[in-house]
Amino acid sequence: MILDVDLRHQQGAFTLEARFQSQGRLTALFGPSGSGKTTLVNAIGGLIRPAGGRICVRGRVLVDTQQRVFVPKHRRRIGYVFQEARLFPHLNVEQNLQFGRWFTPRRERAADFRAVTELLGLGHLLKRWPSTLSGGEKQRVAIGRALLSDPHLLLMDEPLASLDEERKGEIYPYIERLRDEGNVPMVLVSHSVPEIARLATSIVVLNNGRIVASGPASDILRHTRFFPQAGPVEAGALVETHVLRHEEAFGLTVLQAAAGPLTVSRLDLPVGSPVRVRLRARDVILSLTPLEGVSALNVLPGIVAALEEAGGSSVDVTLACGEDEIVASVTRKSVERLGLKVGQPVHAIIKSIAFDREALGTVQAGNM
Amino acid sequence: MTDWLSPEEWTAVRLSLKVALVAMGASLLPGIAIAYALERGRFWGRQALDVMVHLPLVLPPVVVGYALLLGFGRRGPIGAYLAEQFGIVLSFRWTGAALACAIMGFPLLVRAIRLSLETVDRKLEDAAGTLGAHPVWVFFAVTLPLILPGIIAGMVLSFAKAMGEFGATITFVSNIPGETQTIPSAIYTFTQVPGGEGGALRLTLVSVAISIAALWMSEWMARRVRRRFLA
Repeated sequence: MILDVDLRHQQGAFTLEARFQSQGRLTALFGPSGSGKTTLVNAIGGLIRPAGGRICVRGRVLVDTQQRVFVPKHRRRIGYVFQEARLFPHLNVEQNLQFGRWFTPRRERAADFRAVTELLGLGHLLKRWPSTLSGGEKQRVAIGRALLSDPHLLLMDEPLASLDEERKGEIYPYIERLRDEGNVPMVLVSHSVPEIARLATSIVVLNNGRIVASGPASDILRHTRFFPQAGPVEAGALVETHVLRHEEAFGLTVLQAAAGPLTVSRLDLPVGSPVRVRLRARDVILSLTPLEGVSALNVLPGIVAALEEAGGSSVDVTLACGEDEIVASVTRKSVERLGLKVGQPVHAIIKSIAFDREALGTVQAGNM
Repeated sequence: MTDWLSPEEWTAVRLSLKVALVAMGASLLPGIAIAYALERGRFWGRQALDVMVHLPLVLPPVVVGYALLLGFGRRGPIGAYLAEQFGIVLSFRWTGAALACAIMGFPLLVRAIRLSLETVDRKLEDAAGTLGAHPVWVFFAVTLPLILPGIIAGMVLSFAKAMGEFGATITFVSNIPGETQTIPSAIYTFTQVPGGEGGALRLTLVSVAISIAALWMSEWMARRVRRRFLA
């Protein structure tokens, strides 16, 4: 088990009670601000001493209040990328990157300086001072600095929160490469659904100091009720696809999912590339018959697998489409009008424009 | 070059520089340690230590000098012990002048270092910890470089205070030419004798020049440090 956490902590009037396990290459801690995400990673990183509980990272006990175990942060070997990069202003980029290395036992120095600087695109910045870097560059240096201390786990506390969309887009591919090519499991704190949909392999949902749900990303993202703060609109199914072909004349790309072909606007990816898409529950329309004469390009046949109350007037309808599952958020009234029940064949209609551009991320097959 | 100052005046200048440099150098490490303890420490008696350190700032210098004489004089408890055990005599020696100057400048040194410690971002120290640095290394690799401008400022203040110290010095170690007669004592002596105005004026000019040079040098050093990380 990569992460095994069971802890209680009190901070003023706020109580955190978290118990979860994760085996993910990238575990996202998701929740609204004030839900206890940062407290949780601070406890894992050793920045705070939890009132009670146990924290185990890759089989190593870091905290066990019953056994009176508390490993101080400098002996945990847990990298931490903070919201603000926290680069040392008196050291240049290269010295910042090397900082953790000075304190890593020689035989445990595995991270290759050149490989890491190359992976994060830092080669040309080495002689610069932190004060001359852009926000995105600073965060890349901070990630590299943490990686070069050869951590057993890498914590990232909303590392992109202070960046604009364009800069975020610059950094996502680096995190994806780390997730897919690196050998350091990661924990990412985030309150952005598109971000975790793109990056996470496992998700832990926190609300008001409690764990609401945890599990593989594809399972968690399907359920609208886990994301009440984001509104029911944000939940949706994750579907793994690959690029089937491009229709240059229309500026479209056809993706092959297990459920069937999906048409999206032209993607700048070669044929065969794996692409993870998120079908937001609110963008899926249900129909009893295969509709003819509608403008939507994507119609997938499926069978109703589950009906779940999602609060208010809406119901989450889970469809089994081949091996994929798609979720539609519809009103209770529609469920009644269509007479939807488990086992019923229906058609999911998805407008091609409903594909969230932000949620289109490349993943390697078999990474879930 | 040396003609414009008399040998006695040169002796006073050299002695003043020696006393001020030794006072500054000797108080540097205790100054950093006490500033750190006062700013970060949570221990019993912190308030009392704070008051003790700041006392020379508010007490009349003559009082400090007299207290030193009582404590460090040959018959004082500390002075007698030092003389017997180590053969160190401070009263009426230039080393005593250095001690008096160090104590008078100490609150200025501690204050400057403490102020810059206050501005150090503790989050940087946390970050260094997560990178595997033991707290002692965090201090030397992160905290110390970040407070360097404050340390330089404190050193200059301590040096300048030592160059100008008069009351505590003359009370504790008197005004012995060649041994304890620093620039201020020499100027005072010149003003007490007929025809001493020339010497007093020359030493005043030297004093002004040294002060300006010290300020300029600290400014230059602080800028060098700052240019690196606050560009």
